[in-house]
Amino acid sequence: MIEAARDTWFMVGRQARNLMREPIWIALLVIQPLVWLTLYGQLFKRVTHLPGGGFGTASYITFLAPAIVVMNAFFGGTWSGMAMITDLDRDVIPRFLATPVSRVALVASQLVRSALISVIQALIILVIALALGVRIDSGLRGWLVILASAGLVSAAFAGLSQGIALLTRKEATMIALANFIGLPLLFLSSTLISIKQIPHWMQVAARYSPVNWGVDAAREVVLPGTDWGSVGTHLGLLLGLTIVMGALATWTFRLYQRTL
Amino acid sequence: MDAIVVEDLHKRYGDVQALDGVSFSVAEGEVFGLLGPNGAGKTTTVKVLATLTKPDSGRAEVVFHDVVREPNAVRRTIGYVPQSSGVDREATGRENLMLQGRIQGMKGKRLGERVDELLDALGLADAADRVVRGYSGGMKRRLDVGLGLVHRPRVVFLDEPTTGLDPEARAAMWEELGALAQREALTILLTTHYLEEADHLAGRIAIVSRGAVVVEGTPNELKRSLEGDAVTVELVDGKVDDASDVVTALEGVRDVRTEGRFLRSRVESGARAIPQILSALERSGIAVEAVDSHRPSLDDVYLHYTGREFRAEDEAAA
Repeated sequence: MIEAARDTWFMVGRQARNLMREPIWIALLVIQPLVWLTLYGQLFKRVTHLPGGGFGTASYITFLAPAIVVMNAFFGGTWSGMAMITDLDRDVIPRFLATPVSRVALVASQLVRSALISVIQALIILVIALALGVRIDSGLRGWLVILASAGLVSAAFAGLSQGIALLTRKEATMIALANFIGLPLLFLSSTLISIKQIPHWMQVAARYSPVNWGVDAAREVVLPGTDWGSVGTHLGLLLGLTIVMGALATWTFRLYQRTL
Repeated sequence: MDAIVVEDLHKRYGDVQALDGVSFSVAEGEVFGLLGPNGAGKTTTVKVLATLTKPDSGRAEVVFHDVVREPNAVRRTIGYVPQSSGVDREATGRENLMLQGRIQGMKGKRLGERVDELLDALGLADAADRVVRGYSGGMKRRLDVGLGLVHRPRVVFLDEPTTGLDPEARAAMWEELGALAQREALTILLTTHYLEEADHLAGRIAIVSRGAVVVEGTPNELKRSLEGDAVTVELVDGKVDDASDVVTALEGVRDVRTEGRFLRSRVESGARAIPQILSALERSGIAVEAVDSHRPSLDDVYLHYTGREFRAEDEAAA
């Protein structure tokens, strides 16, 4: 157990160091969420005045900011399997497998890396949102909830993404599947618009969407009158999902080992 | 003492019987070469020994640890240099070595010093802090070897260590491998499909074909086992079968084989047999393009024991 944690740390360190060598990647890390926030913020600015409401605030950017944090984490997680495919293509994984390195660490480090990046991006988005006038109603506890939502959504979908990567082992298939999952799940949620404004069947579907669990938890703490029970339930669901997806990734890793 | 024991390994991938009863053993401190074409089962054997894959049946031990029952003990004992480079191209040479040492349980000053020592020994000291992406093929391959040696393993598996290198880099690699094997008192299992490489590096060789060991011995023993010289006659036109009959009828000519326009045979002495062969062919009206006689090489040993031309099988497998 201690060894698994230690090895996970080494592996996350390796990935972080390699990423830090990519100046474009660091720039995108900051700029991309900023683009989401300003683009969508401007595009849908007036939707809070729609009859039927349900936004809980007149400021669309306040409604949007926590959801952008989660959406960003969701995309980050979904694409994280690409790193595994690169490692498989370059035979880095077989080299590790001939050492006593913890097998769990090889998979877990991918989830941890994805979650850490999403949490860092979440902080950047929140700071920008503050500058744009967004206030987090429940204060510090609220910040922590938003960061936890981002980390869990990212880790859960990273688990799924690793599973896909290990099963397909092909970049093109991975890209197709990530796109296939990404946009539908984004629109089957209240990320961009109040749940009250979307068709009934989509409302039902959104209830089962992990993306929406994250959005609900994060938004709940931003808007006044936080329902902590709902926050707890959604975070709990996300934690459960992360564990399930982590197990899925570990299982697919075993399948991959059998092909060697 | 035997550092590696392999007994009757079988392994099947779908329709392909990759290992079909491989057995051999390697003494401590020995450099042992598995020689054979692509697809003969060399890499699968090494993967079993490196605990990457499990055999369907049979037994393999590395320094008394069973590869299936005690994989982690084996992993701590061995260094594995895979056929295709497993270096992290986005990290520096030093970072690659440090990480490899850490996951092998090394740390602190001991690890740092070991990494410096290897970077020096492999001629990578100047490039140590550059990202591997910019390394040449030879440098990358030397780093692969370094990754296999960081934790001071007793047994090292080198899977095709010089495949893809140019002749100059290959010669340099041979020199470095030889020196390292000496200095670190390593037991090395080397796979190669270069006959010169096996001849140059290995103290003992096993020729592998279709998943099993065909013959085993020192390079000289194997060459001596073929008495006499090899004579190759290249014919102008395609009458190889007629030529084969003519040459087979001559006294003192053995092992006549045909291959395209080539006629291969084994004789007591090339110098004495060639005039006889040529005049016999001339009498039968068969025109000769070229003739060649040489002392037995590993190529001949391979041909003799597998019944196939080394390079021909190589191409068929690739």
